Amino acid sequence: MSTGHMMADAPSKDAAAPVKDHSQVRQKEMIADHFDKLARAKEDGRKVVYTFVPGNLTELILSLDLLPVLPEINALQSGMRKKSAGYIAEAEKSGHSEDVCTYVKCDIGMMKSGNIGPTGQKLPEPDLLLLSYTGCFTFLKWFELLREEYHCPVVMLHVPYQPDGVITAAMRTYIVDQLEREVIPALEKLAGKTLDRNELSRRLALSAQAEDDLVAVWESAKHSPSPIDGYFGGVYYIGPIFSAFRGSEGAVDYYRELRQECEARVALNLGPMTPDGQLDDQKYRLVVEGPPNWTSFNDFWHMFSKEKAVVVASTYTRVGGLYDSGPDGKGFRHDPARPLETLADYCLGCYTNLGLPSRIDLLERYVRDYKADGFLINSVKSCNSFSAGQLLILREVERRTGVPGGFIESDLVDPRYFGKANIENRVQSFLQMLQARRGRVLQADVRGSQPSAAL
Amino acid sequence: MKLGLNPQQVLSEALGPSGAMRVTVGIDLGSTTTKSILLDPGGEIVGRGITNSRSNYAVAAAVARQEALTAVRFSMLGRVLDAAGADAVALQQPLSEAFRLQLYLGELDALRDEIAGLLLKPGFAANRAVLAPAADEVLRRMRLSAPALFGPGADRKSDFFRDIAGQAFVKEAEDLASGGQVPFERLVGLYDRAILDVETRIETRDFAELLGIAARQLLPAGPSADWLAAVVAAVGRAPIEEVAFVGTGYGRQTLPFPKETVRSEILCHGRGAHRVFSGTRTVLDIGGQDTKAIQVDSSGVVTSFQMNDRCAAGCGRYLGYIADELNLGLHELGPLALQAKKQTRVNSTCTVFAGAELRERLALGQRREDILAGLHRAIMLRAMSILARSGGIADQFTFTGGVCNNPMAVKVLRELVAQTYGDHITVNTHSSSIYMGALGAAMYALDDHREGRGGILPTFAVAQAA
Repeated sequence: MSTGHMMADAPSKDAAAPVKDHSQVRQKEMIADHFDKLARAKEDGRKVVYTFVPGNLTELILSLDLLPVLPEINALQSGMRKKSAGYIAEAEKSGHSEDVCTYVKCDIGMMKSGNIGPTGQKLPEPDLLLLSYTGCFTFLKWFELLREEYHCPVVMLHVPYQPDGVITAAMRTYIVDQLEREVIPALEKLAGKTLDRNELSRRLALSAQAEDDLVAVWESAKHSPSPIDGYFGGVYYIGPIFSAFRGSEGAVDYYRELRQECEARVALNLGPMTPDGQLDDQKYRLVVEGPPNWTSFNDFWHMFSKEKAVVVASTYTRVGGLYDSGPDGKGFRHDPARPLETLADYCLGCYTNLGLPSRIDLLERYVRDYKADGFLINSVKSCNSFSAGQLLILREVERRTGVPGGFIESDLVDPRYFGKANIENRVQSFLQMLQARRGRVLQADVRGSQPSAAL
Repeated sequence: MKLGLNPQQVLSEALGPSGAMRVTVGIDLGSTTTKSILLDPGGEIVGRGITNSRSNYAVAAAVARQEALTAVRFSMLGRVLDAAGADAVALQQPLSEAFRLQLYLGELDALRDEIAGLLLKPGFAANRAVLAPAADEVLRRMRLSAPALFGPGADRKSDFFRDIAGQAFVKEAEDLASGGQVPFERLVGLYDRAILDVETRIETRDFAELLGIAARQLLPAGPSADWLAAVVAAVGRAPIEEVAFVGTGYGRQTLPFPKETVRSEILCHGRGAHRVFSGTRTVLDIGGQDTKAIQVDSSGVVTSFQMNDRCAAGCGRYLGYIADELNLGLHELGPLALQAKKQTRVNSTCTVFAGAELRERLALGQRREDILAGLHRAIMLRAMSILARSGGIADQFTFTGGVCNNPMAVKVLRELVAQTYGDHITVNTHSSSIYMGALGAAMYALDDHREGRGGILPTFAVAQAA
């Protein structure tokens, strides 16, 4: 499963060395503060819970004063910091096949190399492994491996698949029961105190507030020029809400500020900052499906920004919450009045927990609502939850919208699967195809059906 | 032969008021070969050229363009000869061969100079006394046997100097070394080193002069020869103006082409194939290191495409590797595979594993032809999978790229297409389909020119090579 992340740094090799938005500075401080807390966790006597981004129960964890660590985010950070190749090699040395999800191997390799996190500080060992989303089968195995290493308990929340794009009452009850009977007692035991339900509701209200602002950020891309890049830039925006900060005042402040920055750019008709500077003159508006490649993130982004292509919406930035456009067309919001039910709905609504028809519907809405010129799938080797069926998605979205689709292949954090020349060739061909089909009048090449003798 | 015909006047009429031959240039820098196509303002093909890409795309682009420009002059020559009657037209083919001979002799001179330069290096001090006269003798014999390579009915396996000269050099060197006085390996080693520099040298070719020599050899002195000399001079002097350029292919990123002159080879191959076979809706291009399946609309514009990922398994290079393993020429693989009695099942399209599998099966005593047939099938199955991913085949289908020249590849593909999509599918192949990408590029250049924004191929190549 590939997930959202939080960034310690903005793209490092920006040609135009842009002035950072204040929200970026704020995010960096939030993350630094969190990793400080993690580094001091043992001496401060705080308990640490490792968990995954999809279906994360951050409000619950924070309500019990526990500290979350997100191994997927560490893995993608390692990819961006060019450490993943070594970590993966380390994991393969201990017997993990080349075909295993590279997030897993990167995490295991990092652990075996001293567990130094993205800020250079050592990460604390887990006191509990909280597996709150089972839509990704690899997650189960991943924590099984960590359990062997850390000798700590795993608590598992089984989340049923949503094949028809509908959450039934039975599904919800099934999860709420598990929360009441297993998850909350295990967390309470670890925290050494009882869950304060009012505190949980207070945090869920904070979540909803930040979610409102994030949706406004996503929807600002309906403006032309788009004030954001909803994929490459978007992965920065999802940092706080998909990780340790949802349900905190910090996240509320961050998203309010981010929204204001976007609204200010809309008012001035300005585009987002990219590796090629501020992209005001936007030639292509794209919708992207699938996670990005992290090991060559800037190179990858640059392939688009140098051609003046901006991503107006992406599904990857919804893996930690489909706040803007759920299967029923309405976005999910945490509801403080129904705390456990809302957590259940959140876990059930993960993007990769949806069947292909729901994903196709979502992409179709994005292509239409955001007036996209094309949509592109980045199919990653590591993640079957994302990649299985993507060609079907491509054909069907093309058929429904008449907007051309493109297909590229790479990986999350294994640099061996990023063929730069090949990917760039495909991206350029795709964009040129969009250009050629944009009603440019081609000279009629009418020849007979016999081959031209001259050739 | 209408000796009264003024060649300058014929040319002026053909060239129109501008007084120059206007062409748009398409260059396809493939990983293996570089191709160029020139179109006249009406979109007709007036010249084409091909050369090895080697590792130097700048030189390859310059050489392919030079060849195509030469072809343009030959097409002008053709117009004048046409106007002068049937006996004049009959001169075209011999003139072209004699011209090629002149080019070949010029390259042999360059080869001689390179070898002489090499022999001055300290590493050759010990063997210089033996090698220098031996190399001279080999080259002298090559000059003597050269005319037979370009005469009527000459059967050249390749048009590349490296191949023709290499074959001749090895033959003469073997002959010379059979006396036991001359070390064969060292002699051929000289060729192998020298050829790299000969190939990456760009000569400025004086068309009129070279064709003049050719013409003088063709006709005895007299009024006809004088007239032909005037024709050659007129054709050689006629201005050719490159009005627009588009570059495409694997090497396009490595050349300092202006951004606006670069087009994706996927667009170019789709358009070129559609131009040659206008009913085309699906194109399969198998080149040196990628395989592309392209869907085009009724105007030849790409609507969807898929290509192999990072791994070049199952592309032209795979066949090249297999040919090396078997010590065969690339062009021999297909015909040999056609002689298979049965198809050995080959599991791997991974180039490295297929090499191992090949050796293993040979060791088990299986026939080379049968294994080759299996290898061809393995490649084409992979191509079929990429085709399916791109949307499959519903209508006319055109196969392009270097691998299209392999008859076994074509045969297997036809069978698989009929099995998978039905035998009503028309499968087009063309002996020159290696040029489809360059053709598409030249067409895009013509579009650009008509829209008043044509880019021009810079002359960087010569400067870089110098």
